[in-house]
Parts: sequence; C-alpha cells; structure tokens
Amino acid sequence: MKIKKLFTAAKPNVPVVMIALMAWLCAIAASTHADEIWVSNEKDDTISVIDVETLDVVRTIDVGERPRGITFAQDHSVLYLCASDSDTIQVIDPDTGKILHELPSGEDPEQFVLHPDNRHLYIANEDDAITTVVDTETRRVVAQIDVGIEPEGMAVSPDGAIAITTSETTSMAHWIDTSTQKLFANTLVDQRPRHAEFTLDGSELWVSAEIGGTISIFDVATQTEKSKISFEIDGVHADRIQPVGFKMSSDGGRVFVALGPSNHVAVVDQKTYEVLDYILVGRRVWHMTFNGDESLLFTTNGVSGDVTVIDVDALKPIKSIKVGRFPWGAAYRPTS
Amino acid sequence: MIRVLLCIVVGVLAVSPKVKADIKVTIAYLSVWKDVPPTLSNLDPVPIDQGLRGAELGLQDNATTGGFLGHNYELLRFDVQEGDDLTAIAEEALQAADFIVVNAPHDALLLVSDLDAASSKLFFNAGAADTVLRSDECRRHVLHTLPSRRMLADALAQYAVKKRWTDWALIVGSHEDDIAFANALEASAKKFKVRIRERKTWNFDADMRRSASAEVPLFTRELPEHDLLVVADEANDFARYIMFNTWLPRPLAGSEGVIPAAWHRAVEQHGAAQLQNRFRELAARPMRAIDWAAWVAVRSIGEAVTRTNKVDVESVSTFLFSDAFELAGFKGRKLSFRQWNGQLRQPVPLAHPGAVVALAPLEGFLHQFNELDTLGIDEPENRCNP
Repeated sequence: MKIKKLFTAAKPNVPVVMIALMAWLCAIAASTHADEIWVSNEKDDTISVIDVETLDVVRTIDVGERPRGITFAQDHSVLYLCASDSDTIQVIDPDTGKILHELPSGEDPEQFVLHPDNRHLYIANEDDAITTVVDTETRRVVAQIDVGIEPEGMAVSPDGAIAITTSETTSMAHWIDTSTQKLFANTLVDQRPRHAEFTLDGSELWVSAEIGGTISIFDVATQTEKSKISFEIDGVHADRIQPVGFKMSSDGGRVFVALGPSNHVAVVDQKTYEVLDYILVGRRVWHMTFNGDESLLFTTNGVSGDVTVIDVDALKPIKSIKVGRFPWGAAYRPTS
Repeated sequence: MIRVLLCIVVGVLAVSPKVKADIKVTIAYLSVWKDVPPTLSNLDPVPIDQGLRGAELGLQDNATTGGFLGHNYELLRFDVQEGDDLTAIAEEALQAADFIVVNAPHDALLLVSDLDAASSKLFFNAGAADTVLRSDECRRHVLHTLPSRRMLADALAQYAVKKRWTDWALIVGSHEDDIAFANALEASAKKFKVRIRERKTWNFDADMRRSASAEVPLFTRELPEHDLLVVADEANDFARYIMFNTWLPRPLAGSEGVIPAAWHRAVEQHGAAQLQNRFRELAARPMRAIDWAAWVAVRSIGEAVTRTNKVDVESVSTFLFSDAFELAGFKGRKLSFRQWNGQLRQPVPLAHPGAVVALAPLEGFLHQFNELDTLGIDEPENRCNP
C-alpha cells in the first residue's frame, strides 16, 4: 500500500522513492533473516509465526481445520502440517505461507514424525487406530499399520530403523520395524501415553503418560522399561501433574517436559533421570521447541492461548506471547 | 421375553511377538427393565440401548489392547423385560461370566447381587444412583461406576458456592427418584453451607405444554427470595417447563438448566471428543451417563486384566482396589475406586445443553488426600460395612 501511494503521488520525488523502496526491501530482508517459531493453533485453524529476535508474532497463516502436528522438512524448504479435521497433511511454503499441496494421511491425523530419510512421514490417525506411512515424494500411502486406540505420540529412531506410535486408550508404545512396516513389539506404559522421543544416540526411548503422570524410559535394544520418572510440584495435586510433550537438548544434558494443567515445565537430567527444576509457564502447557542454538525454549499453552519463552540457561520464563486459540505444536525454522 | 444375545466375540487380528498366554475374559451385561414414569414431553426419549452401547464400546477398547497381549474379550447380554423372571435370567448370567455389569434399579441390583451364586462374582453398578447402595446397603462384591446422587448433588453445591448462589429454592417432583435426589441435595446443602429456603413439591397434573406460562410464574411466586432455583425431576417430566417461566429471573439447575451428571454430550475436553466420536459411530446417538458408566466398568475390568495378566475375580478385585489401578476416563484425572464403598472416584461435569459450565471438584474445594473425595460419601462418614 505504501509503495502504491508513493508511485501515485502527483510529483514523484525520485530520491525519496528510491530511499523508501530500499528501506522497504531492507525491511523484507530483515524479516526473512530472523529465525522463526511456527505454532499450530488447534481451535483457530491458523499458524502463528513468531520472530525469534523480537519475540513477536509476525505472521498469521490460514490453514486447514484443527491444525495440530507441525514439522519442517530437513532443509526447511517446506512445512508439513496435520490438518486433523480436514483429514489431510498440508504441505506449506514457509516463505509465502501458501499451501502447495496436500498429502493423503488417513483419517484424523494428529501427530507425525519425519523419517531420517527426509521422505516418509509416519502419521498417527487418532480416530482410526492406525499409523499411516506416507511417501512425501510420490504423495502416496506406503503402509497402514493397526495400532491401539487413539494413537498419538510418534517417534523415529535416529538410524531410522524403528518408528514408534503410542496409543492413548490402549496405553502402549507400538514398535514398528520401518523396513517391513510391521509391529515387532508392544510395550505397556502408564495411562494415556501422549508423546515419545528417542535419545540422540538411539539407545533409549522415552514415553510420557498423561494420566499416569510419568515418563517411562525403555532400553531400545531389548524394548524393556529401565526406569520411570515421576513429578512433584508443591501445592499442585499429583493428579494435575500430567506430562505431555517433551524435548531433549541435543547435547544430551536435559529434557524439558510439559506438565499440562499443572502449568509447569519440568527440567530433567537426561542421564540421571533426576528432576532438576520446575518452570512456571502458561495454562495447559502442551508441546515445545527450541530455537537454533537451544538458548530459548518455546512452549505452547493451550488454555491461555499463548507461548511462553524460556531462557534455557537461567531456566526462567522471559516472555509470554499471545498466539491463536489453543496453540498445540511448535516447530523451529532457521531463515539464514 | 428372554433375550440372551452373544454380542461381540473378538477375533484378534494384530500380531504381536510378545504374546503372553492366551486369556479369555467373559463379561456379562445385565439390564433390567425400569418403570419410568410418563413425561409430558416426548422430546427426549430414553434410548432403549442406554448402557449396552457403552459396554460394547468398552469391549471394543479392551479388545484392541487385548489384541496385542493375547487377551480375548467377550460380552454376553442379558436383558430382563417387564414380566420376565429376573432371578432365572440373573442365574444364567452368573453361570456364564465372573464379571457382571448391571444396569438395573436399586431393588433388582440387590436381588441379583445377593443370589447364592453371586458371592464369588464381581459386579459393576452402572445404572443405579441410589446413595444407600454405597452406604447401608453396600455389598463387598459390588462396585459403582455411576456416581451416587450425593456425588451429583455435591458437585452442584460446589458450583453454587463458587458462584455465591448459596440461597436455594427447591422444587421436587413426586416420584421416589425425585425425592431421593432432593434429599441428596439437602445433604449437600448442609455439607457446603448452602441454605435451602424452601422445598416445594410439584404435584400438578396439568399439561405444561399448554399452561406453563400461566402456572409456573404463580407457583414460583410463592417461593422465598433465592439465588438459584433447583429442581429435582429425574425423568424431566415438568422441569423443562420451569425454565424461563419463573416469577423471578433466576438461573435453574438440578434436573434442568445446569445438570450434574457422570457424562454429557457437551463434554469434549481431556480428549473426550474422541470418546464421543467413537461412541456416536457405534450407537448413532450421543453418549449418556449410564453409557459412560457401563463403558468405564468394562474398561476397568480390561485394565485389571491387562496389567495383571489374570482373569480370576480375586486378582481383578484386588488390583482394582489397589494403588496400582488408575484409569483414564476422559474427565481429566485418573479414576480409582474408593476402598470404603467401591464407588469410582470421578470428576462430575455440570453442563447445560450447549456446553460444560464447570467440572467438579471445583478449584478451592480441598481434601486431605484426594480432591475427588469432596464429592459423595467420604471415608469419615462411611457406613458401608459389608
């Protein structure tokens, strides 16, 4: 609009126009230089894009219905988004925010994980008790695997050999051999498992159980539970401490655990499993992601409709950013 | 008419290399005809498959988990209609299964659970809200997944206290169930320091579809000043005609307006939307309180078998009463059974037709051990000594 005004001015002053144009171009350049956090807003059918430097929402993008799982391709050239109630995976150009195309996903895709081959998405179909494997290149379904009721948590081992689906009502982690796309183990965890992650070396699988209030740690080689973490916060009843999403720091030091309606994030030692600290965040904290150097952690807080920014060194919340209604997932996008 | 129907025998399709010993779990669902009073309106008929559909969904859920563990589940249905021989059908059910989910009124539940063959079985009461079944008339082998009327009344009282609507007027129908609910409301009012300024019985036999606008203002004009008008009319015979027809503009609660119930179609938080969807797919109607109670009963059995790998009554019962038992029931908190009377601890939603207004226990109602025990009969007032 500004540009248009300048050009339609009666007597365009060329140097002024040039300066304005340059300033505008610089502004565009600057805005694409700052890294971003992309947040899916489950009840707004939008994505909020947060500028990591200014910690403000710089863009809001309209997407399909009930956006939840959100992840970038390895080179960040496209964004994959579970549009759960549209029953599809949307592939989005992060520069323009345009939906490029959709991928078949099976019904009600909630959460997914991108295989290390950067090509296959493993998708939890919440309403159908199925895990769907989709080839993002051919845009075809490669396999559908029967799992427990209400599959949600998805993980894949760093070497790509194992994919995991956790099912909420069945309370299991289902172990999928990615070479055959068949289950090779099913392990019980506590009530309502929500999220799963492998450690970076691939030796351990961590699974959170929302109603159980625990994180189970499995030895990947034997698929047996080797430890279980519980949480305690002064003044909060144990039943309200409900671990959901979590994120491991890539140096192998810490794990940050969203504790749902207790409105806290727990800080856990990745090696000793000791809970080191609890950080107060927004209401019903759900998932989270780091920025590039892992100095900041961004948590999605569903009920309060905001994102809490945590200073990872100080373990302190530094800002809360208003986003859309019921922010669900978050993904980091480097832009330089 | 006796109908014994083999509902679902579950074939296990999923292959698991970690299969343990094959186990078969048989659950009986026994429903007993209940004399429901006629109502003025035909708007909301009680579905005849209420409860049964919940049990069926519970069985499906169990079967999926069981598929990965080599556990097979089977649900047998026993249906007692008016004029049928309750004892004979109950005996059949007891012969067929160790776990019996019962959707029956008070008298029938006691009759069945007191049969000789019943003492070694485990019952789940999914249909009778009578508080006395959790108190003086409790049985060691009967668990209750449906909340008692006291739990529902306590939930409403907590909500009223939170809203500072602590002066009530109470309108009570003339049926036994209405009086029982009103008595529960009075007990809850005492517990939470709510004042019931007047309790008035509704004994009109006029058809309110024609005369609500004329009758209800006059009827309610005689009530003393109140913050909340509470109506006890379990069959919803007249309560629907009270709403928006009162002399004073006052919110309505109880059997109409804001309703406390084990389950409601408006419950969608805590993943409940998924349960609602699965149920609607199965039953082609919304899930009701008794459906939820039957579902959670079957799920409790399944959870015990899943965790213990055992199917005998003793093992399942011991597990259900232990600290190890915790169940996700789509109400935001883990559910467990009260040691002292077998009642399932559970949050109680308070809802109007369009949305959940609050979920009891409400914030601020504290308890030494478990806030869920602020609803219903707590251990210190326990009179259950089976």
